[in-house]
Order: sequence, then structure tokens, then C-alpha cells
Amino acid sequence: MDPNAQKQSIVTINQISKRFVKSLDLAGRIAQRFGADIREEIVYAVDKVSLEIQDGEVVGLVGESGCGKSTLGRVVAGVHEPSDGKVLFRGQEIDSLTGQDAQAAALKIQMIFQDPMSSLNPRMRVQDIIGEAPVVHGVVDSKDITNYVEEIMLRVGLDPSYARRYPHQFSGGQRQRIGIARALAVQPDFLVCDESVAALDVSIQAQVLNLFMRLREELNLTYLFISHDLGVVEHLSDRVVIMYLGRVVEIAPTSELFADPNHPYTQALLAEVPRLETRQRKFAPVKGEIPSPIDPPSGCHFHPRCPQASARCREEIPVLREIAQKRFSACHLNS
Amino acid sequence: MSFSDSPTLEVKDLKTYFFTKGGIARAVDGVSFSVGRGKVLGLVGESGSGKTVTGFSILGLVDEPGRIVSGEILYRGENLVSASMGRMRELRGLNISMIFQDPMMTLNPVLRIDTQMIEAIQAHEKISKDDARQRARDVLGQVGIASPDERLRAYPHQFSGGMRQRVAIAIALLNKPDLIVADEPTTALDVTIQGQILYEVQKLCSQTGTALIWITHDLSVVAGLADDICVMYAGRIVEQGSVNSVLDNPRHPYTHGLISSVPSRNRRGVPLAQIPGMAPSLLKLPKGCSFGPRCPQVTADCGIIPNISMLDKGRQLRCHNPLDALVSPKLKD
Repeated sequence: MDPNAQKQSIVTINQISKRFVKSLDLAGRIAQRFGADIREEIVYAVDKVSLEIQDGEVVGLVGESGCGKSTLGRVVAGVHEPSDGKVLFRGQEIDSLTGQDAQAAALKIQMIFQDPMSSLNPRMRVQDIIGEAPVVHGVVDSKDITNYVEEIMLRVGLDPSYARRYPHQFSGGQRQRIGIARALAVQPDFLVCDESVAALDVSIQAQVLNLFMRLREELNLTYLFISHDLGVVEHLSDRVVIMYLGRVVEIAPTSELFADPNHPYTQALLAEVPRLETRQRKFAPVKGEIPSPIDPPSGCHFHPRCPQASARCREEIPVLREIAQKRFSACHLNS
Repeated sequence: MSFSDSPTLEVKDLKTYFFTKGGIARAVDGVSFSVGRGKVLGLVGESGSGKTVTGFSILGLVDEPGRIVSGEILYRGENLVSASMGRMRELRGLNISMIFQDPMMTLNPVLRIDTQMIEAIQAHEKISKDDARQRARDVLGQVGIASPDERLRAYPHQFSGGMRQRVAIAIALLNKPDLIVADEPTTALDVTIQGQILYEVQKLCSQTGTALIWITHDLSVVAGLADDICVMYAGRIVEQGSVNSVLDNPRHPYTHGLISSVPSRNRRGVPLAQIPGMAPSLLKLPKGCSFGPRCPQVTADCGIIPNISMLDKGRQLRCHNPLDALVSPKLKD
């Protein structure tokens, strides 16, 4: 079925955890010594997540705010160091690489951010934003850079005559294209797109989504596409990963996930997606909100909101298990 | 439940212009619509289409250099455009209230929730502080906030984003208004929280007959919530009518383009139909129909601004070359 099944995996995420620790200041340490009930605050942003991404695949990473999806994306892109676990690129552990190899691997994974205005340097011209990295890393010779930038700008649908402009002279959709051009300039194989179309108007969002799909065909790119918008993810992805409070709750091929969600959280999430086809619907209240990751619920993180929770869900953490071919779910109801 | 036929709010040929150094920006240019008791009107458009300024005009919140140039805003027959500042103060918060996109903008960060809620009640009614607190508590519970007694004593920063928006909605509901103008209230929220809030407002409209104007760029939320829909582009309503008729059979090329750009399960993996170009600046609008330069149906006629044509069942359209029923996409599964 899946044409990517036999291909090798491009990125392997192996038991990645990322903890953010807010350590005690001096006053806090003294108070603690005198017996005050305070301790370091630890946020388990990502908790033992494993995922294999095949070459040429688009993986959608979905979850509500605070579920750790952006943190996971940043760990993969090398922005954050993982607290535990390894990220493998084409079978090689990124941490163990040194010198040129490490740099080459880093270049192959690029990231596109949500807000292009805060991720583009407002004082740099577009030609420098796009052209700086490929020259520094020796992807192109500095005397060929003008042509190279022109080529990349054409590829993402920007007019090369705007190369000497600054980011503020562009509209939101064009700025996002600049961000994409900058990522493409170092000829990556793998793009982490963190809410890359969330800030755009519907008609502009369609343009950028079409660009992502065209680039994937032309350059044989692999995407980790992070979004809270299930409609966008359904449209673009081959496979969807659902996260809740730092843990993966379900992984499935897109059409199967949307046709038949397994995990109660996925079911609740899908039921809430507004669709053009549903008219004058009766909205039903969903129980509770996503709890704080500083003090997550015991056992299955979703149990306080789950309509089918049992005593076991409060005590035992469900493991992610294969429930059908290529489908994984972390729920006690499956056993 | 049925309510009387006279609309709660009627907007007639409203024009709100901004007189800037760069020229006159016609943010709202001849907009007319009405909302009846217990009805939900979806006002849809992209950024810069004038949907928020329309909402602000109703509440009398348009600031310099903006001004309502002409038109009427009739709230139960009373023209709000010519109403005095004092009268608007009476109406705002009591009969008409607004929910903004960013609850941090509505809530005062240095005052506790109870202070802000009791103030909103006592501003319109002679009522003891204890009774006012009691009502604030009840309304907080109504919008789904757990242990409202404790939460009343909290400050806005102690709430999560979704809870804060619910507090802002609770404040809008305090005096049981006849009309609520909601400006993108769920845009920044997660889908499950959005579902909770949509549930609350839907309940309110059907139970108390509150009329609701829901301003958003998200067609799919409007599809599930609204009775009627107005699609705005560059300050004008280009198409309006009942949700089913407009979404199933869009006649304006812009509405059609918007609907086709929404990712849908029927067209997975297929490139989305895109509207070429981008929305024009209000200071440099193209001659004639503002959508002309982006329109696939454009003809020489489009050099003149199209008039509103009335179709059947209250459908209205502003287009020289409307699409016919057969061209439109079929959305139903």
C-alpha cells in the first residue's frame, strides 16, 4: 500500500525526552534548608517519544497548545538538546558526529517557523537572509550567490527583483515564502515546519500549502509538519502523530486515523474539528482542559478528561502498542 | 423556540472611513445587514476586509482618525449613529456587549476578576455588592469554570488562555444583553476549548434570544454555528444569505475561491484551488469591483462597482458576472 514502506528512514527519534527545569534561586535554597515545602519545577515537555520518519514522507504532528509538539520539533531540528534519548539522521547519531559530518547533518535538517516577522532579521535584505548561510557553509561560491538567490526566490514564488528589499516591505504570505527560501537555500532533505501556515489568511494559506506540496515533489523533501489545525494536517500528511501532554497517544496513516480514530483523545479532538460540511450543529461540552505539564495526572495523562477511564488508567501508564498494521495507540482499552 | 420578527439590530448602508495622511481608507463602505432575536450572523472576511471595524462601529468604538460617515445602525429601532456618548455608555455592557479576540485586552491585569465583574454589574444597576457577586459567581459557573467562588478572587494572569476567554465571555453575558458582537473570540484557542465556548454561546442564543454577530475568518466555524452569513471583501459585503445557500451554492467568485481554499477531506493531497494575488490596500483600491484584479470571471463591466442584486430568499450579491449553480463545488459528503 504505502510506497514509502521499503524506503530507509531519514530521521529516527529514539526515546527522546526534554525536561525544562526551573532551578531554585538563593532565597529558595535557603528556605528549603529551613524546611519550606518548595522544590525545583520540572516541566516534562516531551516524555520518551519515539518515531521513525521515512524518506519522502510527510508526518503531521498534532496536539493542543502545551502538548510538547513544538519542543519535539525543535529537538529534531537541533535547536534544543534532548535531555534523554537520541536523534538519528540516516542511521547516524547526530550527537556522535564531529566536525564536517556534524555540520553536514545539521544543514540537512532545516526549520520553518510560525511567525516570519520574528524569525527574519528585520535589518537584513532578503538577498542576505537567503544568501548568507549557503555562502558560509560553502554550498555555493560567493561570486555565484546573486544567481543562486534568484533561482531560490523563483522556486518559492517570489519576484527576484525584490531581492534588495527588507522583510517589512513584504506581506505575511510573502514573508513566509522568504522563510521557506532561507531554509531551502542550504539544500536540506528534511524540513521541520512549526505552525508554518497558522498565521496566514485562508486564501494565502492555500497558496503556501500548495507551495509546500510542489516543493516536496520537485526536491524530494521530507516534512515534519507541526500544526494544531487538523484540516491542514489531513490535507498534507501521509501519517499523523497525535501528542498529549508530552507523550504520543496515537500514530496512524492519515486516512485511517480520520476514518477510525482509536484513542479516546483522538476521538474527542476529531469530533471538535469544525467542518464546512457540518451545518447548525449542536455543540457538546468537552470535559476539562489540558492539565499543566508541571503537575501532570498520574497514569494515563488523559484519564481526568476521558469518558472511558477506569481505575487502571489512573495508576498505570499505557504504552504505545501496535494495534493494526502501521497503527499505534497508547490506551488500556486496547488490551 | 420562536421570537418576534422585528430584528434586534439593523445596519443600513453603513460607511466608516479612516481619514489618514495617506488618504481616505474606506474600511466599511456601504454595509447593510440585520440580525433577529436568537439568531447568529457570521461575518466572514480576511484581514483588512473591514469586518472588525463593522463590529466596532456598532459599539461606537471607532477612534480618530476613523469616523462613521453615513448610514444607520438601528438597535430595536433606535439609531446608534446619532446616539449621545451617555446613551452609548448605558447601552454598552447592558444591552449590547462585545467579546474581543484577545482576552488580555478586555481584562484589567491588576484587578481581580470579582472587582471587574461586580463593577460591570453595578455600572448599570442599583444592586448590593453581595448580590452582584452572587450573580458574577453564577455566570462564571455558567460558562464552565470550576469552583467559581475561588476563581472570583483570582487575577487574570492566574487563568489559562481558554479560561481567560471564558471570563471575558462571562463579563459580556453578565447583564443578559440582547446583542453580542464577538470578534474572533476563539481564533487563538485550541479546538476542544473552542468547542466548549461554542457550546455556551449556542445555548445562550437559543435560551435567552440573544442575537449574536460572530466575526471570523474561519468559514468552517461559521458553517456549524451561524444561521446567516455575510462575506466581506475590501470594505463591502460581496455576498450574503443563509449559511446553507451561500456555502452550498456560492455565486460570488470570491466566496467560491474562499470555500475552495479550505482544506477538505474530499480533496486530500490534491493542490488547493487558490485565489491569485492578495487583498488590496484600502488606500489603493482598484477601480470598480475591488476583487476584479484577482477574479477569474473579470470582464470590462467590472470597471464599475457592481450594485447589490437581490436573489431569492434574502440572498444578496454584488457581482456583474455571478457564477451559476452548476459551477459551484459540491460540499456535502
